[in-house]
Amino acid sequence: MRNTKTSTMMVTVLAAAAAGSLLFVLAPASEAQDQEKTFFTHSGGVIKTTGDVLDPMYAVSEVEFDPSQFLREFHYGKTSIMEDGTTLREFTIVAEDHLVQEISPGVFFNVWTFNGTVPGPTIRATEGDLVRIHFINNGSKSHTMHFHGIHTAVMDGVFEIVGGGGGRFTYEFVADPVGVHPYHCHVMPLEEHIAHGLYGVYIVDPAEPRPPADEMVMVLNAMDTDFDLENNFYAANTIPFYYQHHPIQINADELIRVYVVNMVEFDSINNLHLHGNLYHYYPTGTDTVPSFYTDMITLSQTERGILEFEYQFPGKYLFHAHKVEFSEKGWTGTFLVKEPEA
Amino acid sequence: MPGGGASGAKLVASGAVPLLLVAVLIAYVSGPGSNLFDLGEPLPEITIERVDFADSEIRATIRNTGPMAVSIAVADINDRIQPAAIEPDRFLERYETAVVRVPFAWNVGEPYTVGITTDDGTRFERQIQSAAPVLEPGWGLAATFAVIGTYVGVIPVVIGMLWLPFIRRISRDKYRFFLALTAGLLLFLGIDSIEEALDVAGQNLAGSFNGTLLVATVVVLAFMGLYYSAGRLAGKGAIQPAAMALMVAVGIGLHNFGEGLAIGAAVGLGSAAFSAFLIVGFALHNTTEGLAIAAPLSRTKAPIIRLGLMAAIAGTPAIFGAWAGGFAYSPFATVIFLSVGAGAIFQVIVIMLKWMRSEKDSSLSGAPVVAGIAVGMLVMYLTSILV
Repeated sequence: MRNTKTSTMMVTVLAAAAAGSLLFVLAPASEAQDQEKTFFTHSGGVIKTTGDVLDPMYAVSEVEFDPSQFLREFHYGKTSIMEDGTTLREFTIVAEDHLVQEISPGVFFNVWTFNGTVPGPTIRATEGDLVRIHFINNGSKSHTMHFHGIHTAVMDGVFEIVGGGGGRFTYEFVADPVGVHPYHCHVMPLEEHIAHGLYGVYIVDPAEPRPPADEMVMVLNAMDTDFDLENNFYAANTIPFYYQHHPIQINADELIRVYVVNMVEFDSINNLHLHGNLYHYYPTGTDTVPSFYTDMITLSQTERGILEFEYQFPGKYLFHAHKVEFSEKGWTGTFLVKEPEA
Repeated sequence: MPGGGASGAKLVASGAVPLLLVAVLIAYVSGPGSNLFDLGEPLPEITIERVDFADSEIRATIRNTGPMAVSIAVADINDRIQPAAIEPDRFLERYETAVVRVPFAWNVGEPYTVGITTDDGTRFERQIQSAAPVLEPGWGLAATFAVIGTYVGVIPVVIGMLWLPFIRRISRDKYRFFLALTAGLLLFLGIDSIEEALDVAGQNLAGSFNGTLLVATVVVLAFMGLYYSAGRLAGKGAIQPAAMALMVAVGIGLHNFGEGLAIGAAVGLGSAAFSAFLIVGFALHNTTEGLAIAAPLSRTKAPIIRLGLMAAIAGTPAIFGAWAGGFAYSPFATVIFLSVGAGAIFQVIVIMLKWMRSEKDSSLSGAPVVAGIAVGMLVMYLTSILV
């Protein structure tokens, strides 16, 4: 009698323990939503779902970094005229490496930033100007700013490592040569510092200005979010598919000038194809005479140039990497060409 | 039972105290004390458990097998991002599953890789060697599976049992050889089941399920459960040959159910072209299973109905397995059933050896027994090359 009771009890206790451990294994199912949502496939199909839509489509309000704003934003610095008549342009650039930003809808990644964004601010000067950069490194690692262009060795941002936690350095050089150049951190391991986002565009305008145009900057970049040395997302200006869902509005019969810089790491080439049109291409922007008239350029790391074109016919035109893998991972966008104003 | 209440309560308390302490420990460590063990960064893990190719749509069933809840951000096919739907929703608690529907005009026979990216940007993928349309459940398909199951399970077993008249006439030593041969065949089947279970577990179950230990646990549980039942069944007396044959049939039936599951799943998921050659291999291989049932029956006067029943118990589970595997494939269930089959077979072997030893002037180290087991394994190995 006693025995049976003991064993019954042991079984009960064991069953309770088993049930208890099951509770840890079987997590509660989240609630299903009943209302249907609709989304469009890349080939135009309409799909309905009772669940969530996985689509890298940004609503403007959600974007921490706004590619629409970045596109046409040029920083000329705090300008003053020196005694000898030279224009001095002063910039303050703060490096950080702790920010986590939504770099594609629903994907959060630790970006390393100049002034809080990837890419950093577009710095613009005219040839002969004196450029002075007050660089503050508020990151946890060492960082520098290395400008492509002509300057003295000590202003190269390679051997003059700036420590984290508030380290400072002042870069000073004459804006030269004319063109579009990248700037980026040059601390080792270099690939890591660049791939995390420490880069930006530096434009040197010719003393005699280029013809007036609707000007914009496109940094072709990519993110390796799972650190397997292959990029997961590609874009023009960081956010995948952004300009596909938010077309860049331009006017027909107006000169468009795009400063393009390729900052993609890991993949040895990138390229840019424009639909329904061809562009005049100025490699590195160092010459005022275009080298090519084409709809396709190939760019290696930090290779860059200026595109100039006008659209005759209104409508929606794609531009994208013709390395289609990149375009299908986000490096694609559209121009919406509006009727010329009467 | 006077006075039993108080001591009973004490007993309950003494049994419950360690459990309570463990519960407190778990609550503390997962709650206020969680930062005590904040030594490394926990990494997300998503397992893509199955991929179906439907009409202009690729459907992936995914499970959060990582240590924390995650949100799914992106779906891709062949490493190219695609707009997709996830049902019921993108937030997955631990072990929760969801179905990702990717509209995609896929081509039959081509390999595809399905990728899933979590909110921290980590991408998980699963490769499908050859896309085949998901089989819609229907009578036609059910009939196909029934035919496959019949060829793989029922027919070979029946053919094998036709050795019965032959075994009835042979001498005692030769009979002992055939009984041992049966044990050898079963030993091979048991090892085969375990290998298949480990294979399915390794390929389809997330690491957190501890596939190898799951197989070991289920094999032992099935063995103990059937061993206990067999003991009850036999009662005090020696096991009757008919009961022995029934046990063999049940063991083989469980094995064939697992085999049917695997075959049904392979056909259902399009990962195997089920050729006539493969059927021939299975038929040859499984004919030996009929022999295993025939051997213990040979010393009884079993009516033909009982023989038919034995064949049905051993063979038809292949059909049910094919249905279950083809229409409602679950890698987890397949691992469980294959392991149960292995446990059942080992149990039959043990009973069989005990039975053989209990016979007069017999020893397990005699030439007929040793040769029988060896030949049994060898025959199974050679016919397995055909499968």
